[in-house]
Amino acid sequence: MANLKPGDKAIPFVLPGVDDRRHALENYADKEAVAVIFTCNHCPYARAWEDRLIGIQADYASHGVQLVAINANDAKKYPDDSFLRMKERSEKKGFNFPYLYDESQEIARAYGAERTPEIFLFDKGGTLRYHGTVDDNYEDPAAVKAHYLREALEEVLAGREPSTAKTTPVGCTIKWK
Amino acid sequence: MRVSFLYYEDCPSHDLALERLREVMAEESILGEVEVIKVETEEQARELRFVGSPTIRVDGQDIDPPSDPRYALTCRAYRLEDDRISPLPSEDMIRRALRSPAKSQPG
Repeated sequence: MANLKPGDKAIPFVLPGVDDRRHALENYADKEAVAVIFTCNHCPYARAWEDRLIGIQADYASHGVQLVAINANDAKKYPDDSFLRMKERSEKKGFNFPYLYDESQEIARAYGAERTPEIFLFDKGGTLRYHGTVDDNYEDPAAVKAHYLREALEEVLAGREPSTAKTTPVGCTIKWK
Repeated sequence: MRVSFLYYEDCPSHDLALERLREVMAEESILGEVEVIKVETEEQARELRFVGSPTIRVDGQDIDPPSDPRYALTCRAYRLEDDRISPLPSEDMIRRALRSPAKSQPG
């Protein structure tokens, strides 16, 4: 179960990214909203939603929104989730957001993340406004009826509380060491 | 015809996958029970040659055999007809395997 609930403050982190730079959450303090997304390479749910996340970043970048993806999976058991494979995937898919490696799994445990993908959306002040899944249909983008993350972003950017602040994350379990 | 359904509890959509399998079987007028196997350990995954959840076999043959099989307690990625990635096989994928089990490969 997540250690954060809507209204709680973001937990800081500093993690290496696929760009070989270290990324601190505080680097994004000037953003209007930051979505921390626990994800990975191998999970079909994460892969099914990837293009939609890329689309969300592209659509909302000019509004000061920043997605930050974090992979915390055990790469010994799941080699497709290694840092090298993260770099390959980021390049292949054209990720337009940082993709960070939580090798120790410390950040995933601190957040209480359980699934990939799992979204923690924070407002400009670092307060959690939405936690859960991307939308209501991992299988078919055309059949989505509830665009949870997009709708939450719109409301956060407008200074409103998201009408849906929490949904159940849907995806593979995080692969713990 | 022997139809087997193997799944891992932590992958969320196995109920939907089994329902989809049963619906397609009914549409194809295929009688008989589905052998449902819950895979719970890594050792069991290796013994059963389980490449991920859900796995559907027709007469022992995977309906969508992976090119690089790795046996593990994990969710499985299917590449659909329109090239999308999905955690579930499509109805068409299931239907093709049920209609032509000999064309599948050993799972």
